[in-house]
Amino acid sequence: MTPMVDLAFLLVTFFMLTTKFAPEEVVMVDTPSSTSDLKLPDTNLITLSVDKDGKTYFALDSEPAKILMLEKVGAKYGISFTPQQKKRFGQMTSFGVPIQQLGSLLDRSKEEIKTIKQPGIPTDSTNNQIIDWVIQGRAANQQLFKKPVYIAIKGDNNADVPTVRKLIKYMQDKDINRFNLITDLEMKPKLVSN
Amino acid sequence: MAEIQQQADSGGKGGKKRAKKMSTKIDMTPMVDLAFLLLTFFMLTTTFNKPNVMQVTMPVKPKKDDPPSEIKSSNAMTVILGETNKVYYYEGLLADDVKPELKVTNYGATGIRKVLLDRMRANPQTVVLIKPARKSVYKNMVDILDEMNITNQKKYALVDISPADTVLITKSGL
Repeated sequence: MTPMVDLAFLLVTFFMLTTKFAPEEVVMVDTPSSTSDLKLPDTNLITLSVDKDGKTYFALDSEPAKILMLEKVGAKYGISFTPQQKKRFGQMTSFGVPIQQLGSLLDRSKEEIKTIKQPGIPTDSTNNQIIDWVIQGRAANQQLFKKPVYIAIKGDNNADVPTVRKLIKYMQDKDINRFNLITDLEMKPKLVSN
Repeated sequence: MAEIQQQADSGGKGGKKRAKKMSTKIDMTPMVDLAFLLLTFFMLTTTFNKPNVMQVTMPVKPKKDDPPSEIKSSNAMTVILGETNKVYYYEGLLADDVKPELKVTNYGATGIRKVLLDRMRANPQTVVLIKPARKSVYKNMVDILDEMNITNQKKYALVDISPADTVLITKSGL
């Protein structure tokens, strides 16, 4: 039995060290598949999720950059946050509420936040908060890490194209022209060569 | 639950008192159970593959005084992403006096892919205009961009659908 146990423990150690828990998402997004085999970078990443109802959620990977971004966006809308709220915001993976409601969301406990259905970030042209988050998130990341951010768009299979196009258009207006669409891997079909 | 077997006292009278011999046989089963439990847990929770991404580079926003880019009608091919996973396509450009023939196909290997490949063979300079209709879903958009990769189509653009295109679809009844 000893060799088996040895092996078992070796594997346990391996998995313990390599494992990285999938970050919790506020929404389930079922991504389409494509044949592209580029990998998503781990850091310096802004993820815009669009769920099947066309609601938009925002995520930035690094905690300090997130807090800096929150301060800046808050300043623009004239909303200030307490240090506890900022801390909680830094720990959240993604969020989808208008900034006016963000404070009250951050006052709740982690477990409560999980159960709340978030309405999505406003993306209308009159109340365009998503682009502020993107711009400030980008600036904060640049300021802290001196590295450009990747913008990933994570759309659901059944999200509607106009919503996604709208997001892309907003960013194009701000001279952001490169996007990464998050997809699942699909085998590349062989083409008949001729 | 380590079981320690004690050797029975030999009970020899007057014999020398020997130190009791302890045989230490540890029952490893619970430990192994735990090890496998952890192993299973980590194996199932681990996220091995990172998600894949498809890189899309959109054209730089044209400046105000830039002339709009024109493509020749003979090189153009328009693909319209319709609802319920239908793909409409026509060759050439839509104008007031020209009404190209609208055809419908699907996203399968024998559908739009074949159309694109045939078109490429006929005219390697083809520029594909992708127009997602209002009710098309995001999956369709990714699928068609993926088809562009698969068929090695170099020039393509995501364009907004025009009212004329919508009229063309409703009129064709496809």
